[in-house]
Amino acid sequence: MALTDIWFLLIAVLWTGYLVLEGFDFGVGMLLPIVGRDAIDRKVTLRTIGPVWDGNEVWLLVAGGATFAAFPFWYATLFSGFYLALLIILVALILRGIALEYRGKIDDATWHRRWDLVIVGGSAVPALLWGVALANIVRGVPMGADHEFAGSFFTLLNPYALLGGLTTLLLFALHGAVFLALKTHGDVHDRALKVVPPLGIASVVAAAGFLGWTQTLDGSWITWALAVAAALCLIGGLIASRLGREGWAFLGTAATIALASATLFTTLYPNVLPSTTDPAFSLTTLNAASTPYTLKIMTWVAVIFTPLVVLYQGYTYWVFRARLGRTDFPTPVQKVAS
Amino acid sequence: MWDLRLWGRRGPAGKVGSMDAIDLARWQFGIVTVYHFLFVPITIGLSALVAGLHTAWYRTGNTKYRRMTQYWGKLFLINFAIGVVTGIVQEFQFGMNWSDYSKFVGDIFGAPLAIEGLLAFFLESTFLGLWIFGWDKLPKKVHLASIWLVAIGTQLSAYFILAANSWMQWPLGYTYNQASGRAELHDFGAVLTNKVALVTFPHTIAASFLTGGAFMLGIALWHLLRRPGKHTDLFRPAVKLGAITTLVAAAAVMITGDIQAKIMTETQPMKMAAAEALYETSAPAPFSILTIGSLDGSKEIWSLKVPHGLSFLATGTTTGQVEGINDLQQAYEQRFGPGTYTPNVPLTYWSFRFMILSGVLAAAIALLALWRLRRPRPRATKWLIRAALAVPLLPLVGNSFGWIFTEMGRQPWIVFGLMQTRDGVSPSVGAGSVLTSLIVLTLLYGVLAVVEVFLLLRFAREVPAEADSSDPEAAEPAFLY
Repeated sequence: MALTDIWFLLIAVLWTGYLVLEGFDFGVGMLLPIVGRDAIDRKVTLRTIGPVWDGNEVWLLVAGGATFAAFPFWYATLFSGFYLALLIILVALILRGIALEYRGKIDDATWHRRWDLVIVGGSAVPALLWGVALANIVRGVPMGADHEFAGSFFTLLNPYALLGGLTTLLLFALHGAVFLALKTHGDVHDRALKVVPPLGIASVVAAAGFLGWTQTLDGSWITWALAVAAALCLIGGLIASRLGREGWAFLGTAATIALASATLFTTLYPNVLPSTTDPAFSLTTLNAASTPYTLKIMTWVAVIFTPLVVLYQGYTYWVFRARLGRTDFPTPVQKVAS
Repeated sequence: MWDLRLWGRRGPAGKVGSMDAIDLARWQFGIVTVYHFLFVPITIGLSALVAGLHTAWYRTGNTKYRRMTQYWGKLFLINFAIGVVTGIVQEFQFGMNWSDYSKFVGDIFGAPLAIEGLLAFFLESTFLGLWIFGWDKLPKKVHLASIWLVAIGTQLSAYFILAANSWMQWPLGYTYNQASGRAELHDFGAVLTNKVALVTFPHTIAASFLTGGAFMLGIALWHLLRRPGKHTDLFRPAVKLGAITTLVAAAAVMITGDIQAKIMTETQPMKMAAAEALYETSAPAPFSILTIGSLDGSKEIWSLKVPHGLSFLATGTTTGQVEGINDLQQAYEQRFGPGTYTPNVPLTYWSFRFMILSGVLAAAIALLALWRLRRPRPRATKWLIRAALAVPLLPLVGNSFGWIFTEMGRQPWIVFGLMQTRDGVSPSVGAGSVLTSLIVLTLLYGVLAVVEVFLLLRFAREVPAEADSSDPEAAEPAFLY
């Protein structure tokens, strides 16, 4: 396996890790007003992601940094080409991060309400736009021999990409609902379970449409197999949720997102950004890559430290494994009394 | 201005008013980077101080230290949040605004950035989550280790990003590949042990401790002076800790800065000459305390100087020769072809002085505070209260000018001697797009600053909850969501 292939795989893994992890905390953010009907319920809802969301987001930063290091031309063309879309994502992520951190600092209903709006918007917008962006990467963009993006912001809003955005939006919402069902008890848990079936059906339809359409781009038996496996995991997750097996349900939606991501990256390979102008102008794992020397160093760093990161992030999830409920958040009145 | 073509490829329409994409991209980089770096040094300095307080609590079991940990920890977290979210922009904007730069240096520059994420960002964010939410869930030792790992993470992050920046100041360990038109790495060890990085790292870390110390000093001193007799047990030690940290760090900043100046004279003599507005090569060279030049910075009109001062600063001997701007300009023209190789001299000259001045002032206030602390109840004079309010801000000014100096002093180069800044900008991004993101990010950052200062002031005034060991929850909620 060539070093460039290893790095394509690693970057796919980093993106997949990001989508699976931040996927559910985007979902929790989007569902906040639906599952959190009062102040305490909203606290319960947000606490489920409180200790972990920031660590989840670092997967994105590392995916971005790794793309810069391993495929500088991919990084350069992609980030300058998707300029305004990325700006919107950046603004959303900034606002959302601040909202999650500052919301609880002041105990005031208006303060909470305003930040809650930011959390919902700041979760929904990237959930949609990451799907749009990934779909465009797989589909390809207008690009000449100079490897510069030759389209505009509106080039990115094609039907295939919009369906991709809708798919990630729905899948993340579902993933968040299943996560909340696993991590809470009481009202939040019940309301989260209630949105699973409608979100599940919508996700199945959107994902089937999107992944099916993806097959027409550059399908093979492997991409078909991955897409079918994604669909089966999704349906399996929904059944598990119905049966009250919440851990299995979460594993199901996590696997769905991972397999959908694998479908996209497998379709993309060996390109990293195809040109719709002329396939000869496409950026590939070969013409976009760093030198073997840099890739070798980066491989060593990744091989040593990625498992370590997975280990201590896993530890965090273990520490905060307990289900949360209203009883974990005594009201101020009870507090004074105690 | 709202010509739609501006959002497409840069071309004849690639201008907004008299600004083109390159000016706008430079303004954007300056604004978002200086802004990001207001929060970074506070985070680096304060995380270590909070870890120290937490350790004191762990060792002694004294609830005073627990309350101090929580009080300063809360202020630390308010700062940290903005540092984190604005850091995402930092990583994205190389590709967004500087794609030709990214292509040219990606083989070298991308690696430390990716390693920073993998080694430092994961560590910081994951263990900070554990620390914030782990007060009653983690074994005490693990909880303590969490905040230390956060502090170590912030310093690791500083090291890798400074190694990347130092390569832009003094590129080595690469070969220029004519075929691919880019710089290619052949010795990563050389990049990581770049002498510019090895001195810039301690200089930056020392400045960060100065920033964290002054932050603690100012707020604690304000409490001591404005609310005499209240919670003296918490704020008196904080004044002491803050002031001593500030002083020791200031000494370290000076020593590392001095070494840095000598290395700079060797690696980037033009920056040193511009820092001193030294136009003619001199041996011995005087240190300029104040130079007034013509408005365009091309000539010297009047100046006040310390004889031999610059020779000593730049070369370590009192008579060493320091090259002047004019000679260097000529030498660079011969080496790189016709062009301007002189940075903006007034800006470089003044930012260098403001950087030093703010650090010195902060150290002086720290000394004054320690002196006044001899008495059990320091007198609340008007000037001391003002000094308490000013001291957290001074290092922020110094840090900003330090970066403005080091980056502006490198111009016109983006990578010294290899690539000019104007060649690094993204060719496919129109001026309208850059202007849009410049406006959006500046407004957003402005709003964030208002919210942040509002929260900081509120929590800085709020006195830490009374220690009550029977109710460990009492002091906790403000930490959480």
